[in-house]
Amino acid sequence: MAASTTTGDFKVIGTRPIRPDGVDKVTGRAKFGADYAFPGMLHGKVLRSPHAHAIIKSIKIDKALKLPGVKAIVTSKDLPQAENKLEQSGELTVNPRHLSMNILAHDKVLYDGHAIAAVAATSPHIAEEALRLIEVEYEVLPPVMTVDAAMRPGAPILLKDLRNNEEGDKPTNVAQHFQFKRGDVAAGFKAADYVIEREFNTAMVHQGYIEPHNAVGIYNSDGQATIYCSTQGAFDVRSLSAHVLGMPVGKIKVVPAEIGGGFGGKTTIYLEPLSVLLSKKTGAPVKLVMSRSEVLRASGPTPGSKIKVKMGATSDGKLVAAEIWMAYEAGAFPGSPVAAGALCIIAPYTVENFQIDAYDVVVNRPKTNAYRAPGTTQAAFASETVIDELAEKCGIDPIDFRINNGVKEGSPQIMGPPFKRIGFIQTCEAIKNSPHYKSKLTGKFRGRGVASGFWFNAGMQSSAMVNIHTDGTASVVTGSPDIGGSRASMAMIAAEVLGMPMTDVRPITADTDSIGHTDVTAGSRVTFATGMAVYEAAKDAVRQLIERAAKVWEKKPDEVEFRDGMLHAKGNGVPPMSIKQLAPRFPRTGGPITGRASVNPRGVGPGFATTVVDVEVDPDTGKVQVLRCTIAQDAGKAIHPSYVEGQMQGGTAQGIGWALNEEYFYDDKGTLRNSSFLDYRIPTCLDLPMIETIIVEEANPGHPLGVRGVGEVSIVPPVAAVANAIYRAVGVRMTQTPMSPPRLLKAILKHRGAAQHSAAAD
Amino acid sequence: MSKKTLVEATINGETIEFLCEPRQSLLEALRDVLELTGSKEGCLTGDCGACTVLVDGRAVCSCLMLGVEAQGKSIVTVEGLATNGVLSVLQNKFLEHAALQCGICTPGFLISAKSLLDRNPKPTEHEVRYALAGNLCRCTGYDKIVKAVLDAAADIRSQGEVKAAPR
Repeated sequence: MAASTTTGDFKVIGTRPIRPDGVDKVTGRAKFGADYAFPGMLHGKVLRSPHAHAIIKSIKIDKALKLPGVKAIVTSKDLPQAENKLEQSGELTVNPRHLSMNILAHDKVLYDGHAIAAVAATSPHIAEEALRLIEVEYEVLPPVMTVDAAMRPGAPILLKDLRNNEEGDKPTNVAQHFQFKRGDVAAGFKAADYVIEREFNTAMVHQGYIEPHNAVGIYNSDGQATIYCSTQGAFDVRSLSAHVLGMPVGKIKVVPAEIGGGFGGKTTIYLEPLSVLLSKKTGAPVKLVMSRSEVLRASGPTPGSKIKVKMGATSDGKLVAAEIWMAYEAGAFPGSPVAAGALCIIAPYTVENFQIDAYDVVVNRPKTNAYRAPGTTQAAFASETVIDELAEKCGIDPIDFRINNGVKEGSPQIMGPPFKRIGFIQTCEAIKNSPHYKSKLTGKFRGRGVASGFWFNAGMQSSAMVNIHTDGTASVVTGSPDIGGSRASMAMIAAEVLGMPMTDVRPITADTDSIGHTDVTAGSRVTFATGMAVYEAAKDAVRQLIERAAKVWEKKPDEVEFRDGMLHAKGNGVPPMSIKQLAPRFPRTGGPITGRASVNPRGVGPGFATTVVDVEVDPDTGKVQVLRCTIAQDAGKAIHPSYVEGQMQGGTAQGIGWALNEEYFYDDKGTLRNSSFLDYRIPTCLDLPMIETIIVEEANPGHPLGVRGVGEVSIVPPVAAVANAIYRAVGVRMTQTPMSPPRLLKAILKHRGAAQHSAAAD
Repeated sequence: MSKKTLVEATINGETIEFLCEPRQSLLEALRDVLELTGSKEGCLTGDCGACTVLVDGRAVCSCLMLGVEAQGKSIVTVEGLATNGVLSVLQNKFLEHAALQCGICTPGFLISAKSLLDRNPKPTEHEVRYALAGNLCRCTGYDKIVKAVLDAAADIRSQGEVKAAPR
């Protein structure tokens, strides 16, 4: 089902061809990072801290070095001093000093799993044995595990140099305070007939990609390094590794392997510089692969949070005021997405009076990293639950409440400027008109919840080349690692412009030496920005094809037209020529044809999604089963609808896992107690129903094909939608994630006790 | 360094011999010794199913079995699913239904699905979900995977009916 406002007579775009990398991926031929092997390759392993917070007093590596098969060991002493400054890298703001301290702990370990040393040996087993022979002396410090503990006066300080923008030269765990406001909040609440105020807590969760981090580093004696790894951004791996290694960017080549999931988690570096350092010391290629436990303990999950939301509405259902306080666990180093969360938390609605205060707080947990619409799912859990409650108070259907207050073209964004054309209301209408929402949900302990979400989407830099082969087929080369099927979209866009069948276009993800700079695959930006570069590059190729045909026909270029993959001479009866017919004439008309484009587009089109979920709660155990789920999302234009649906379904599934099961569980010493897929439980296919999708296509005016980008916003609504459904099923408002059986059961028993108590009092 | 053992096994229909350390898992032997890197490591604890292979027809996490235990066994990996370069029905249905995004879990899903369809050619949606619950996928939400397996089952059944039909 689709509701479309995009026009255009497409032949390839909007169809569902088999993806170009498909056969490789169903036959086991696709080469992921861990699949690379080189002659003489060594294997690396990383020694990690068993303590959440401790001073490293000494590291002794002599015994480990003596183990037969061990070739080299590196510690932070092998890293150059990196600068303590802020720098933009793709969508991340990076402090090279902190990055270096995360790659290998300098004088302190700041979380359970913090890397301390890396060993290269002739087999992974020997490297692992060597880790046990490295002696580290620690002075253990009290761990600071929550934002409350970190913000408390007198709290142990994690980073002695950390200062924020408000407290002068005082050491602190609060890295930054952001504030966004509009109107008069006090007056707004005065005008409100209903005010709801609640506090929410969300647990730290992980992206849960199935492929662990990996890297193979090869350092040559001429000072050139090559890194093979699974990453969302080869150019970012290059620039970040250059920072940590003190190498010029131009001396590092990064070859992006197939990537086994990332969801934001593979936008930074962990093993990459270690593989280069160890290769430099040994002269051999060195491969490192994380275990699942290392992935959970020491890669970049998304912050747990504490969020207080107070919102007011008039009795006719108009939102009039919001006051929001939010603090996110950044992990060991500053840089949580709390500002993004603050900008998204009420973004789907027009609220004339609001104040949002957001705090980025360091705690003794792994340094967090992006996770699909970073910072926004936590925020929407809080705001969308309160909105559901206000709708109920006003006696208005929750979808209608959202439509009444929802942003549309011209509505002010949180930062002030008006939205261009957007599709929020359309996602609400699509859900309202869906067979799911129109169906009647019956049965005990069952409930239906809805919620909506916003995500900015992103532009950033992309490069593309379109090569016309000698037989008239084409290749399209980009620098965007394909994480969810984007190669298919790139080939389809090029095929559409070139008037070819998609099977005549071969898409390639190139290494950092083979294509112009391309920012990370993140921010839902690839189909939008890289897609725009491909579109422009294909247009550039067409322009050259027209010139060549003009030469052949001895005409001026403006006397030649290109349509439906054929070159036509205007006017007289020259028969049209196909690209396949023209290709053999390239050598005599000026040589090969390569279309090129580099873009840094501004016309980013924000994404919205609305989700409805039916649940059944087992009142005796607190277990929640999702019975039915439908998501409507504005894609702008769906290039390959199957992979758009896939993004919507995947994000929804992650959101449901976040809602019901997933959580980092630390003990009081700050040790992660569930660092396996058995205990950190992501949804299995038995936990989920089919996920119905409605693609809304409200064309983005900032893109030649109307594309917005679809990767992220689908994860935003489900947590709140599940919470709202649970309320309708059993009458309790859950304000903490995950809404796991013990937690929900406790809430149900408390609610029952209160109900009995008040019944007895009556 | 521990001494290596000579293991003889049938892998994807070929009888082969390989050397394997006693501490190496079957997954490690497949990937690092035999260069069959189609089976993936996602957890090494038997929780994600990315390393699933058939051992004498049964779906097994190859990370939980030692390489030396493959002695005398018949192993099928994802590399053995196509016949003479022709994709199996399951492989084709995964492509048609866009049942993969990143593709890291796909080899394990294909093997688990094959194991299901080999013993139950007419599974219900619930039976498919139950059979695949040992395989984790983080990209797709499973929707398209389940549909691909149900469609493959229908296809295989109809092919079987064609074959069985009297001339």
